[in-house]
Amino acid sequence: MSNKILEVKNLVTGYQGKDGFVKAVDGVSFDLEKGETICIVGESGSGKSVTSMSIMRLVEFENGKILDGQILFCGEELSKKSNEEMRQIRGSKISMIFQEPLTALNPVFTIGKQITEAILFHRSTGKKEAWQRAEELVRLVGISDPKQRLKQYPHELSGGMRQRVMIAIALASEPDLLIADEPTTALDVTIEAQILELLRSLREERGMSIMLITHDIGVAAEMAKRIIIMYAGKVMEVAETKDLFDQPLHPYSKGLLESVPRMAGERGVPLKSIIGSIPRLNEVPPGCRFSPRCPFATKKCNQQEPALETRGTRQVACWHVDELIEKDLLAINTEGGVPIES
Amino acid sequence: MNPNQPSKEPLLKIENLKKHFTVKSGGYFNKKKKVIKAVDDVSFTIYKGETLGLVGESGCGKSTLGRNILRLQEPSGGKVYFNDRNILTYKNRELRKLRKQMQIIYQDPFSSLNPRFTIGQVIGEMYDIHGFAKGAEKENRVKEMLELVGLDPSRNTSFPHEFSGGQRQRVGIARALALNPEFIVADEPVSALDVSVQSQVLNLLMKLKKDLGLTMLFIAHGLNVVRHISDRVGVMYLGKIVELSETDNIFDSPAHPYTAALLSTVPEVDPRLKKERIILKGEVPSPASPPSGCTFRTRCPLAKERCKAEVPGLTEVRTNHFVSCHYPLEDGQTLKEVIVSRGSVNS
Repeated sequence: MSNKILEVKNLVTGYQGKDGFVKAVDGVSFDLEKGETICIVGESGSGKSVTSMSIMRLVEFENGKILDGQILFCGEELSKKSNEEMRQIRGSKISMIFQEPLTALNPVFTIGKQITEAILFHRSTGKKEAWQRAEELVRLVGISDPKQRLKQYPHELSGGMRQRVMIAIALASEPDLLIADEPTTALDVTIEAQILELLRSLREERGMSIMLITHDIGVAAEMAKRIIIMYAGKVMEVAETKDLFDQPLHPYSKGLLESVPRMAGERGVPLKSIIGSIPRLNEVPPGCRFSPRCPFATKKCNQQEPALETRGTRQVACWHVDELIEKDLLAINTEGGVPIES
Repeated sequence: MNPNQPSKEPLLKIENLKKHFTVKSGGYFNKKKKVIKAVDDVSFTIYKGETLGLVGESGCGKSTLGRNILRLQEPSGGKVYFNDRNILTYKNRELRKLRKQMQIIYQDPFSSLNPRFTIGQVIGEMYDIHGFAKGAEKENRVKEMLELVGLDPSRNTSFPHEFSGGQRQRVGIARALALNPEFIVADEPVSALDVSVQSQVLNLLMKLKKDLGLTMLFIAHGLNVVRHISDRVGVMYLGKIVELSETDNIFDSPAHPYTAALLSTVPEVDPRLKKERIILKGEVPSPASPPSGCTFRTRCPLAKERCKAEVPGLTEVRTNHFVSCHYPLEDGQTLKEVIVSRGSVNS
């Protein structure tokens, strides 16, 4: 096998609605190499979380279903596995941490109980060893005074501490892949920096692969080697971080990058923005999904959906890439935003 | 001591504003009362026509401060002068009049609009309460307001759920501006919005501020957003303003170690701009039992013995640059340099 730890091919995930399935993820493909950090960036409703929930096969528990496509983890097909088989993989080979660490932890059990539960489930060790291991894990994720902390309940810890506990639980069985779904969104900047630093060191020291899901392009830029940009259930662009910021190939990527106020940009001037708003999943426009908001859209864009095409090391789904590059219309230019009137 | 500037005309003067909450703790036989100082002796001035940004981590008291200035919560002490009169002494009728001049935009456009009201009613209610306009005139005004914030005026009979997050936030802005106020508190107005929509709302706020000559207190935790929109910026930590100056001063040469550390950890969009990250240890202490002396000292990489004993006051270290720190950074110094040269107690 190659050194690809995860390959997602043409994944389609839908949720049961009134008139059939609403596709939250519609034909998503990407892969992740061992020891790599990849970032899925998208706004709300882009399908980034549903993608990760599909890989973990958790969508089934919330009325969703994988309708098509393959999820290969170390060459094994996950979408065909039985629930029992998936239980063995979840938490042991693939772990996940969630956005809101308060709701992800059980309020009536101590931290120690919850970490050792994860250890005992996946390993045949005694209780005593499990507690020792829990202590090690808690220390590893940077919590001081582990013995004391293990006796505490989730409500006694701060948001940052809880997220560290979540990471400790996720690491309990030394997974090969860690999926982090907006791990720092609910946290303050200084705590966010601590958690990101922890994730970075875990990757470097343990060679863990990380799939990070975020809406914050800044976080993606700091963490990932490669970035996947999603919009309304589709992948719009895949590129190495450096390349993406040098020159985005998709008008949506460009729009996204331009609309964030830069720390070094000129102050007070109108910001660039993308007109309109994200479509609801049951009202996805025909043709290219971004076309109603795209400044370069043509008739073709409104009628036919472009496929994700490979261009060297990158991939992009846009009909007019060549033309836009040639005319140099994709370069990032944060100046000259127009305050919108309608 | 007071960050006043004679050249500019103040609109609001906040003096020693305090908001304390008492919480009960301890068991049945051992009842204790603790005082949480959410806003602790804060003084500053907001000048006419400026946007003052207020940043800080959650729980630092920035929202509480905003609400207390508007008297949406009653302050525990201090004075708020609005056009040279202390509004904390106002009662019923006077207070209601004051509401016309000061309004607020909330963070969450989903919970701040009544789901059973059409947006025409949401905005029209403002005119009803203050007896500004009735009937057809009211409807016209509502439509004008919708147009002003870039919404289709014919949608005044739609309900909030029919709008997207960004559009709802515009309704919130229209409601706040309906009575033509002088002063607006914008409490995290774009935090709940997606990036591509966030810039639309920011542009709208900047445009309205210019066109209507508004004065704005802009509360947010996103430093890039605050930097973009504000003329001056105040940094809060545990109920106190620790640094206050013009935006460029704060972002180019911060004097407080907290500000410097905060700035160094902002995830930068452009990966080519590599920075030296200073990651603060630990977390914001509980406001129920803040550290002695300087409240930041437990996390400060530069803290010394003196910081334990003495509470630093807000002092003007450079022109119009106020900071409350015993050992502020000098102009152009980076925190990293100072850590290396000074050494410290904590690390």
